[in-house]
Amino acid sequence: MEKETNSFQFVEKPAVEEVDCDILILGGGMSGSGAAFEACRWATPKGLKVVMADKAAVERSGAVAQGLSAINTYIGDNDPQDYVRMIRSDLMGITREDLTMDLARHVDDSVHLFEDWGLPIWKKDDEGHSMDGIQARDAGKPKLRDGGTPVRSGKWQIMINGESYKAIVGEVAKKALEQNAAATGQAQNLYERVFCTRLLMDSNEPNRVAGAIGFSVRENKVFVFKANAVLNGSGGAVNVFRPRSVGEGLGRAWFPVWNSGSGYAMGIQAGAELTLMENRFVPMRFKDGYGPVGAWFLFFKAQATNALGEDYCAKHADSIHEMFAPYDEPMGTNLRNHAAMIEMKAGLGPIMMHTDKAMAKLAETMDEKALKHLEAEAWEDFLDMTIGQAGLWAAQDVEPDKMPSELMPSEPYLLGSHAGCAGFWVSGPGDIAGAPAEWSWGYNRMSTVNGLFMSGDVVGASGHKFSSGSHAEGRIAGKNMVSWVLDHADYAPTIKESVDELVAEMYAPLELYAKYNSYTTAPKNVDVNPNYISPRMLQFRLMKIMDEYVGGVSTYYTTSATLLAEGLKKLDVLKEDAARLAAADLHELLRCWENYHRIWAAEAHARHINFREETRYPGYYYRGDFPVVDDENWKCFTNSKYNLETGEWEHKKVPYVELVAAPTPA
Amino acid sequence: MPSFVITEKCDGCKGQDKTACMYICPHDLMVLDKERMKGYNQEPEQCWECYNCVKICPQQAIEVRGYADFAPLGASVIPMRGTDSIMWTLKFRNGTLKRFKFPINLRPEGVSDPYAGMPEPNYDDIKKPGFFNFAID
Repeated sequence: MEKETNSFQFVEKPAVEEVDCDILILGGGMSGSGAAFEACRWATPKGLKVVMADKAAVERSGAVAQGLSAINTYIGDNDPQDYVRMIRSDLMGITREDLTMDLARHVDDSVHLFEDWGLPIWKKDDEGHSMDGIQARDAGKPKLRDGGTPVRSGKWQIMINGESYKAIVGEVAKKALEQNAAATGQAQNLYERVFCTRLLMDSNEPNRVAGAIGFSVRENKVFVFKANAVLNGSGGAVNVFRPRSVGEGLGRAWFPVWNSGSGYAMGIQAGAELTLMENRFVPMRFKDGYGPVGAWFLFFKAQATNALGEDYCAKHADSIHEMFAPYDEPMGTNLRNHAAMIEMKAGLGPIMMHTDKAMAKLAETMDEKALKHLEAEAWEDFLDMTIGQAGLWAAQDVEPDKMPSELMPSEPYLLGSHAGCAGFWVSGPGDIAGAPAEWSWGYNRMSTVNGLFMSGDVVGASGHKFSSGSHAEGRIAGKNMVSWVLDHADYAPTIKESVDELVAEMYAPLELYAKYNSYTTAPKNVDVNPNYISPRMLQFRLMKIMDEYVGGVSTYYTTSATLLAEGLKKLDVLKEDAARLAAADLHELLRCWENYHRIWAAEAHARHINFREETRYPGYYYRGDFPVVDDENWKCFTNSKYNLETGEWEHKKVPYVELVAAPTPA
Repeated sequence: MPSFVITEKCDGCKGQDKTACMYICPHDLMVLDKERMKGYNQEPEQCWECYNCVKICPQQAIEVRGYADFAPLGASVIPMRGTDSIMWTLKFRNGTLKRFKFPINLRPEGVSDPYAGMPEPNYDDIKKPGFFNFAID
């Protein structure tokens, strides 16, 4: 197709505002909020300006926007080395142990602060029963930092009353930014409803970030942020693959539907090196509602079985051991998925979670009042973080104490903060014993692009951070950005790209729509037009390609070199067609750019799966042509880089190094 | 739809330039129809049912109808979010009612100074692990 260029003949040029700062934070989720809190404290006395841009409102943005019922990473009395061992085991043996050891020594401080800021955290009473956050406070139970005993639903998890988790954490971040603005003379330093599309590179120094460009979703305005250091904390990628529900339920993704892969896309297009981008997360959750099962498994000790009532993990333990040892001890999340999938493929579904039996068993040792309390806790697990699941159970007349509920493995998600580890290769702290020198280049959590830091979902090979770990990681990055800026005090950003061209590119979908929409009789919501593609249809095309060629649900997560080759061809054409995206308004412009970002995240994922010629994560995805774990050739990191000069992807292996020894057998 | 706005209850946030639901929606779904002065969810298939619009609406004009491609009709989940706790009323399709109340915030008055009582940063420690409030040697 002929290439269209935007010369603003049909829509007005937006106003362009330049914002100069020292530290730019992209994304106001948990890691961005942590970064703002920590960076402002170090920056303000030095007169350094901190700016945050968020596509939503910080009060309820990011993956924790709805709330959470647990904080999944609190070290407490545990041995941090066990935390590393758990993660390594759950991620099939390959993880950056320096990043995890570093996180382990920082994360509890963030949890303690959350409690100081008002987050209600469950405590144990003197008999060992659980009390909610208000009961515990009213009973005079000490805070965690003062020796209070949390209620653990697993070795690393603590229960919270987390409906307002993000509102609480976000409020503090906003206050920190306000103080920084007041002290450094900025009229504004929080830009909500501003969506950044690209990082900007420096024109004088190669491989050096100089800022970012974004547009307002509320008015015709583009922002050019110039900064000395930039934090990319803009989340994972959801609905890259066709989800199981494709009607209204398209939105009921397990991970937030607004996670559009922007962090991946912007980093890739700045030339930052990726690692383990083949990794994905496929959570096994309550069917359709995707409500949490963790508390049911860990706290209520519920069992999941096939339709015959058989424990599928026990049933397949031997064959899994044969194929995937030593990674089956203990059996990690993906291998438990794998066992369930064997049953499902054999027609032995549905997989059922026996909530009724679990509650009946607990009732044997509990009085009615305690049982009522337990039931409320079970519902709170949904209502704090997946309200839609409570609604679905109510609609299906499911009472968990009376009947079991079906489980289903979801569509794949790309993320690095939860139980997945797809993201960028970053500098470690440099002081963890045994870590190779080349794993650290002076500024903790800086990517391979100078001045560009990463946090949360987009940090690779460092899964299982969850909400608290993402906040702490944002703080680590925030502090190191200040260190970077102080060490590069004479730096003045000069933008390599032409801002005019970037603005034209950014607004091209609006121009295209205005130019062509009257060509057909179709109204806005019936968009059939040969001159352009709507963001909605582009996303459907992407999701279909990924599902069918890159191991989505329709092939039982299976792909191969030949399928990937075909899928990548189709992605290339899709990228071409993305230049024909059209937007009727700023909201659709947001969707255009989000979906453009999704394509880049998807492509990186497909290319990485293609490079790694083994099945490292059975239960998450399978290489039909290389169906087993091949430690001899592939127990390594797989890194890649999109070469900005040539437009080619470069892949390489990076040796894995074990820093924490396996425990000595008793 | 999943979230929907009840025509009778919505007052368009009384002619302010943006409504509460537009302010809060993490996915930019809520818009104000300025002719009718009513808000609505413009892209229901992108709704996560996070309930932030429901919780923030000053008129309790927003509710959620479960995803039509798998949720049977007839149920509702209605929150009343106060300053320190939230009340939930669940109505099942068969008419069963359940009510729950959970804490949400032990400091509903907010945090006025995020660094109150915390140490100043020590720039000699900036290259060390730890945060501004503690260094790890």
